This record gives sequence, C-alpha cells and structure tokens, in this order.
Amino acid sequence: MMQMTGADLIVKLLERQGIRTIAGVPGGAALPMYDALSKSEQIHHVLCRHEQGAGFIAQGMARVSGRPEVCLASSGPGATNLVTAIADAKLDSIPMIALTGQVPLSMIGTDAFQEVDTYGLTIPITKHNFLVRSAKDLLDVVPAAFRIAMSDRPGPVLIDVPKDVQNQMVSFEDYPDVVVPDAAPSFDIAAVEEAAKMIEAAERPVLYLGGGVIHSGAAHMAVTLAEQASLPTTMTLMALGAMPMDHPLSLGMLGMHGARYTNYVLEEADLLICVGARFDDRAIGKTAEFCPNAKIIHIDIDRSELHKVKDAHVAIAGDVGQVLSELLPRVKPQLRKRWLSHVESLKGRFPLAMPGVDNPRSPYGLIHAVANCLDDSAIITSDVGQHQMWVAQAYPFRRSRQWLNSGGLGTMGFGFPAAIGAALAAPDRTVVCFSGDGSLKMNIQEMATAAQENVNVKIILFNNQSLGLVHQQQSMFYGKRIMASRYERPTDFLKIAEGFGMRAVDLDPVPNPRATLAEALNTPGPCLIHATIDPNEFVYPMVPPGAANSEMIG
Amino acid sequence: MSEQNTSATKPLSEFIPEVPEHNGFHKVVLELGVANHPGVMSHICGLFARRAFNVEGILCMPVGTGSTSRIWLLVFEDQRLEKMIKQVEKLEDVLYVNKHAGEHPVFGRLDEFFQ
Repeated sequence: MMQMTGADLIVKLLERQGIRTIAGVPGGAALPMYDALSKSEQIHHVLCRHEQGAGFIAQGMARVSGRPEVCLASSGPGATNLVTAIADAKLDSIPMIALTGQVPLSMIGTDAFQEVDTYGLTIPITKHNFLVRSAKDLLDVVPAAFRIAMSDRPGPVLIDVPKDVQNQMVSFEDYPDVVVPDAAPSFDIAAVEEAAKMIEAAERPVLYLGGGVIHSGAAHMAVTLAEQASLPTTMTLMALGAMPMDHPLSLGMLGMHGARYTNYVLEEADLLICVGARFDDRAIGKTAEFCPNAKIIHIDIDRSELHKVKDAHVAIAGDVGQVLSELLPRVKPQLRKRWLSHVESLKGRFPLAMPGVDNPRSPYGLIHAVANCLDDSAIITSDVGQHQMWVAQAYPFRRSRQWLNSGGLGTMGFGFPAAIGAALAAPDRTVVCFSGDGSLKMNIQEMATAAQENVNVKIILFNNQSLGLVHQQQSMFYGKRIMASRYERPTDFLKIAEGFGMRAVDLDPVPNPRATLAEALNTPGPCLIHATIDPNEFVYPMVPPGAANSEMIG
Repeated sequence: MSEQNTSATKPLSEFIPEVPEHNGFHKVVLELGVANHPGVMSHICGLFARRAFNVEGILCMPVGTGSTSRIWLLVFEDQRLEKMIKQVEKLEDVLYVNKHAGEHPVFGRLDEFFQ
C-alpha cells in the first residue's frame, strides 16, 4: 500500500510517463505541486518568465519529440496566461498536458483570490479537460490525459487541480500502467482500393500533404507514394519538410503565399489526394474555386474533417501512415510523362520569385545565408508574419519535425519559446528561430530563460520596425492608410538581449554579414542575430483574403 | 437554451410577421449517452453554442447506477447537423449518439409542462 499527497502522486505519474522537463511558473495555488517537484530527481523544471512562454516551451518540446510534454501554472492569471499556448496547440494538433493549480474546492465559485473558471475557459481550446475533485481521481485522470493527448488526432489536455486536492493524502495498491496511444481506428480497405483505382485513372493528380503526415510519422511513405505514382506534391505550412523541398516532385507550399505555379498546378488537377490536411482557408483560398476540376480523396484520422470543407469522393478515416501502407502496394507505378512535363513547364514559366536571394541583407538572401551555414539536423522555428512566409517559401526543409511554427492560430510570440523547448528536447541540435520585431517583443522576456538554460538557440531577427504583414495588407488593400502597423520609436534589441544575459550580434554594420552570421550560428549558446529589413519588402505572391488561389498578386 | 432572434436585430419586426428561424427544416431528436460528471453539459452545450447552432430542447437524467447520463436534444435538421454530430461524437465524455425522428415521444410528453 502506498500513501502520498495528490501533488506527489502527480509528479510520480509524470515521471512514469517519461517526463524529464517541465516548463512553468509557480504561484500560490500550485505550491504543493512545486514542493513535490523539489523532490523529483528525474524532472528538470524550467522556470519561465511568463506562463505563455511555458506553454510554448512545452509545445516546442512536443513538436520535436512527438509525444506529450508538460507545462505548469498557478490558478487565475497563471491559467489565463496559458490560454493562448493551449489554443495554439489545439489548432495545430500538438500533444500537450497543461497542469494548473486551482483554489481549494470549498472556495470554488466564491470569487476567491486568483480564482478563475479554468475548466470553463479551456473547454473550447482543449481536446479534453479535467477538474480534479479528489486526489484518488488523479490515478485515472493523469494517465487518461496522456492517452487522450497522444491518441488519434493529438491535442492539448488540461488538468486543473485544486490546492486541497494537491495536499490530500491518497492510498493505493499500485501505480496505474504507463499509457500508450490507443490503436488507430480501423478503416475500409474497399475505400483504399477505390482510391488506388482513382489514382491509376487520373491524368493530372496532385498529392496534398498536411501536418497529419508529420504527426503520423508517415513522411517517407508519402514520398514513396508520390514517387511510385508520379504525383506532383504540395505541402501545407504544417507539412513542410515531409517531402524535401528540392525533390523533383515537390511543388512547395500551396495557398495564400504559395508560388504561382503551385496554385496553377492545383487549378488544373483532375484528382487531389489530400493526406492529413484539412482544407484550411489560407491553403485553399475560396473554397468553391479550389481544384475546380478535381475529384478528391481525403485521408485523415479525424472523421469530422472528412467532408467538412470540401466533399470527398473517397474519404478514409484512419491513421495516414496505416492507410498509406495499405495504399502503396495497390498503386501501380506510373511515369505520367505528359503531366509531369506540363508541371515542369508551369514551374519554368511561373516560378517562385526570390528577389535579392544573393544579398544577405534582403529577406530571401538572409534565409539562404542562414541555411548555407546549417545542415538538415538543425531545427527551424518561426514566429508569425512576413518572415514566417518568406522562410516557408525559401528555406530548404528536408525532413519531418525540422520546421516548427504556429500554423492554425498564427500566434506572434510562438517562435522564440518554441525554439527554447526544441533545444531542451534536442540539446545536440542547433535551433534557429526566425522572428520579426513585432513577434519577438511578444515573448521577449523568455530571453532570460534562454540565458539561464544556456540553450543553443539563435534568433534571426528581421527588424523592419513594423508589423510587416499588417503593413503589407494596409498598403495593398486599405489604400495605403498605414494605421498602427509602424513602430515609431526604434527598439534597441541588442541592448535588450545583453540585458537578459544573451549574446547579441548585429549584421547591419559589419562588412561581411555571411562571416558574422556563420560565426554566430556556430558558437554554442543563445544568441540574437539582428538584421534590419526594408519595411517595404512585401511577401509575394499573395492571394487577397477571401479570393480564389488563382487570383494571386505579384 | 432556446434563443429566438431578438427584435434588436429586426427593428421593423412588429410590422413583419414572425417567421420561425428554421423554417422548412425538420425537427430531429438526438440521444446522447455521456459520462456523468459536472461539466459534461458545458462541453456539449458549448459545442452547439459556439457554432451558433440552436438547441430547441434539452433533457438530461442519470441512468442506472449514475455513472452515465442520457441527454436528449431537440434540434432542427439544417445542413450542418451531420457535421455537428461528428463533432459531438469526438467529445471524450460522449459514449454514443443516436439520431431519432422529430416525432420521438420523449419531448412530446413534456408539452403540458410548457403551456
């Protein structure tokens, strides 16, 4: 018979699930859990400077490891500060466990100090959530949270634990079993056969890969399918890296900032094979005009995604890796010379224009200069904005989980703490965070965390003293009325980084920015690399919001 | 839960005959088996509410030993219903969803309490 407090039990159950790092911020209602953590020899607690940073550090770890990682916060403002990071994990299907302290059970509903309805607040932004009412329930709740977070379509799970439940003694015979993901749902082989026939019969098929391919660990199978059936392949923002960007069948990213030829190829497709993607509006533009002539095969583990935006002719609810392994032996090898040479000619006529790619002081040039200093083992994160789209267009991603970014929620402030998390999960890798001056300021306090943990994270700061993508949209669609998208006062980011104890280098004044960049990237430890970018550099092409993908500007 | 259009959005409503919001759609009764704990109703009602999908009637009682409950929902079968049901089925606390015709007697017998 074992006996311990609820808080000690939580820590033991986390340890049993293999958790080695937790990102968090303590506070009154979480103190018993922190006391329990002080006794753990397995778990390293990373003290963040803001709970949102803790949420994104946990996400960064989870996006690299592919398994649930944990963030911890206190009640009230601690919990509300986590909300953005939880919502972000929901939209990108990232397995995460958010643990929050809560006021004692007897005080719930009394507007107690630092009380907020964390359970109610997080219902729409979690895959599932729990308010724990007795310490004994933790024996079920904690394993269930891990199981739910990593089974089927992954997602965030929140466990809200009142302080008295953390302190309550609980007796039990044995620890619950360590949980593993549930078996994926079984699917209809007849539908797989039908899909294989459609692929064989198609003349102008396109493979459309989404983040589900990464989650399922199925990138190599997707590439094999493309090669076997000669399928030009496009990727969503979340799937970049699933097929190497330099693969002859790669069309790069589709959608709002995809290359012209990519969207034109989709326009001509007679069959769209959508694998682990969800027809997001930024990817497909105006729904009715997306792939207007194509039949659709849709493979996704989440049944509710099938027929949600576009009706599929064949819809298969299953793990994409398992479905692809059934599909591959049924798909006949084809050369499709005519279609591939047509795609090649579209690519030649409407390529992605990358002006300034040879100039490291321009956006594309800086991205290429960074890539030239790194190999495929590096992890690349980005914040949200112009820099994110330039990196998505131009960085030579070549493997799954190489690219971490906030796709669904589009959260400025994601990139830097996610990079810290990535570096904690993969300490032997170089982690580069492309950021903008607007985004970086949104979680800049985590520079202190990066310095404390001495993580190998390099921030490449594209500083245009603007909210660039807002500035761009106001310039293009709002009569050049620039409203609230220019920062009038410059910020000295170098001093800020140094003030937090981080090294900082400025590419602006140096005669050879490539050499300075290489030196900074190859020196271990956190570093801010600053570069001024012209605020009138826009991301092209661009599909106006609400327009069809064929209506690209630029 | 029943939320009719308010007159605030229809300033001329007193001159225009009231038209039911879901005119032309059939009523459908949904039967949900759910885990019985505080918060389940919040999960389910929230799912409908944030998609602006009106629920006309709700009944919920524990079943058997009380570890599960049954929820009856009266809704209009508009074109979003099938997608709604898939979303409901995804909820961790929802064990099953059955769809019945609108004439199902569960709500009919309650009429006298709403006179």
